[in-house]
Amino acid sequence: METVDITKSYDGLLALDRVSIAADVGQITAVVGVNGAGKTTLLNILAGIDAPTSGRVLIQGHEVDTNGLRTHCTMVFSRNLMFRNSVYENIAYGLRISRTSDRDVPAKVASALALVNLEEFEKRNARKLSSGEQRRVAIARVLALERDVLLFDEPTANLDPANAMIIERAIKESARSRAVLLSTHDLSQARRLSDRIAHLYKGRVVEEADPSRFFTNPRHEATKLFIDGELEF
Amino acid sequence: MDPIIEGIIRAINLILSGDPEVLGITALSLLISGSGTVLSCVWSIPTSVGLALRGFHGRRVVKGLFNALMGIPTVALGLFLYLLLSRSGPLGYFQLLYSPYAIMIGQSILVTPIVVSFSTSALESVDPDLRRLARTLGASDLQMYGVVIREGFWGVVLAVIAAFNRAFAELGIAMMLGGNIRNITRVLTTAIALETSRGDIALSIAFTLILLTITMSLSIAVNLARKSTT
Amino acid sequence: MMRLSRSALTKLQASILVIVALATVTLGVYGYNLSLTQPKARLIVSTTTSLYETRFLDELKSKFELKYPNLNVSFISQGTGLAIQTAMRGDADMILVHDPAREYQFLKGGYGVNRKIVAYNFFVIVGPSEDPAGISGKSPSEAFSRIRSAGLNGTAVWVSRGDDSGTHAKEKTLWKAIGLDAEKLRAEAWYLEAGSGMTATLKLANEKRGYTLTDVGTYLLNFNNHNIDLVKLVESGKSMLNVYSVMADSPKNANMTKANFEGSMQFIRFLVSSEGQALFAQFGVDKYGLPLFKPYVKLTENQSDSEIIGWIRDLAFFEGSECPQEFRYQADDLYSAQELGTIEVPSILTGLEERKVASWIQSLKA
Repeated sequence: METVDITKSYDGLLALDRVSIAADVGQITAVVGVNGAGKTTLLNILAGIDAPTSGRVLIQGHEVDTNGLRTHCTMVFSRNLMFRNSVYENIAYGLRISRTSDRDVPAKVASALALVNLEEFEKRNARKLSSGEQRRVAIARVLALERDVLLFDEPTANLDPANAMIIERAIKESARSRAVLLSTHDLSQARRLSDRIAHLYKGRVVEEADPSRFFTNPRHEATKLFIDGELEF
Repeated sequence: MDPIIEGIIRAINLILSGDPEVLGITALSLLISGSGTVLSCVWSIPTSVGLALRGFHGRRVVKGLFNALMGIPTVALGLFLYLLLSRSGPLGYFQLLYSPYAIMIGQSILVTPIVVSFSTSALESVDPDLRRLARTLGASDLQMYGVVIREGFWGVVLAVIAAFNRAFAELGIAMMLGGNIRNITRVLTTAIALETSRGDIALSIAFTLILLTITMSLSIAVNLARKSTT
Repeated sequence: MMRLSRSALTKLQASILVIVALATVTLGVYGYNLSLTQPKARLIVSTTTSLYETRFLDELKSKFELKYPNLNVSFISQGTGLAIQTAMRGDADMILVHDPAREYQFLKGGYGVNRKIVAYNFFVIVGPSEDPAGISGKSPSEAFSRIRSAGLNGTAVWVSRGDDSGTHAKEKTLWKAIGLDAEKLRAEAWYLEAGSGMTATLKLANEKRGYTLTDVGTYLLNFNNHNIDLVKLVESGKSMLNVYSVMADSPKNANMTKANFEGSMQFIRFLVSSEGQALFAQFGVDKYGLPLFKPYVKLTENQSDSEIIGWIRDLAFFEGSECPQEFRYQADDLYSAQELGTIEVPSILTGLEERKVASWIQSLKA
């Protein structure tokens, strides 16, 4: 997947300024930046939830519009959003919409839950789970859909290390057959997981490199400050 | 004091003995108000989905309008509809006046603002991010509306029950459009009015007790069901 | 096209929808049933609250429907004024009221045809047993006059129907007979207006220990139920006569094209038949010891009380007949030769002479 010059402005405020990044199958691309840099805005556009003010998104070379993006990509939000239902129903929802036959649904739900270590949780009320468990359900939800592009908005924010580890492992697994884009401000996570890192600063991509070069030899001023934890916004 | 207590005792006897007249009137009330409420839902719930989930110019005005119409006096609405449905009125062809259908239609109009206002509130209070969640999981617009309705389900149910209670307990429309005709349009409220004016206190009290019991039990039942599933 | 995702419904929600669907189906079946078992035609009779409250109409309805099982009679009870308006709009097929002046307007306005007087009784003035205005046994005019004086003195109170009913109309006539305009009396403190039906008015009078005008039927009903303890103080006199008549919607009137004329005529004929008249004659006897109504047709047949016949003629006849020729429609058989003639029976004749005239007319018929 590739974005070309995505620009987004609200009420005269420029949220994204000609952002162009790429993500390939089998790769994890991390988008890092301070709060308010525009990461969530970018992800929403890529997920097909918001439309860009200008710019294009290409998948395998073909331009895809906002509606089309919704079928190719799916996203895990930074907030835990659970339907008022059992865990099973939460995961099955997307499957049923995509017309999976009823016979196949239980198996797919089970395997998705296995990927996040929640096998016994099918009948539990999704809203009553802990935040770590809910986040894992959200991830299972998107994994079950088997889409080409997965987007994660700060997937391990506010989670304890045990949950975080399970989630990171699931993300790495899922990237084998898909393109994955995740946003984070946890630099060590970016270093651990990703194959490419893009630094988003005030709506613009100011740095893009593989992890080793990104940390050892950042070119942009802002990136240097960001790595040192001294970047103001 | 005596006639009241005597009335209550006789009323309880009437209810417990399954007096056919009392049962018949109760059943008719339930039927008419129930179908009126269901009818109203047919147009009210889609309207509230539209109001809650789609922005458009004047949305606030429309919402405010429905809010205000909730308190419309039933006799005013009854009078208006009476003139419409009268045989010499524009809809006279259907000869609906003094039939249960007239009451049903009148009550469905009466409760529409209630269903719309409360349902819209309920749907609006559904976390808007859930809509985004549905969309990213692949939902079309209609399917997304389905999610919102499902999430706001109990709010909508409460709205419908509130609407039913209003229809069930109103007098003005049933009287004006129904005529209080025995076995055909005599419902609990009009029967209470009639028996009171005739001086049959025991019967009035019996009907009143039934009316109150049904409305209160419904509200309690729905609230219990709601608590147990959330 | 919309596909409702099945995950959108939990078991509970699905079952609620099932219940609603069931309810709707039951409704549909019930409605269908209703239309099947419902007799083919409806007859809507607009009538007065005073008749309605005595429950006499329930009896009329059941006996009538025994003879005519294809008809379903519905009584709409309102004040006479409203009852007539309902009929004028065509929302009722016929009326059964007790206000001759307005009945005449109804005929003349082209709204009604085939008027028949079916029964009569008397209004009574009732009041507290202590009778502060001292009207017991007096004539109606004297009584009204005394009530007003006592009212102005603050010792008595009058309660009017105030609802444009037949009873209210009669009350206004009585005030007029002593030169008072009821409209103006409304402003005076002793004159209360109930604005409701007869029973409610009686109860109000009872509370206030006041006087009121009532038909004897409603009075007995409430007195026997111990709703009130007012007593009858003035109960006779020509001016207290209360005459009930029926009229059918006119088939010639544009507003009334949907009215059930045939059904109306069947009901009218029933009311004036011997069976119907017998119902009028005995209603109330078992409950109150005396009948609430007196049948009119029987009265004219027997000539049993020509004084009253004379009163009725004065009060409730138009142009010398209960229904002038021009307002009859395909129902000449309802009107006897006695009336077809233009013999006016002047009211200044004494009862004795009336009887003579009547028997002479009888001999004409023979």
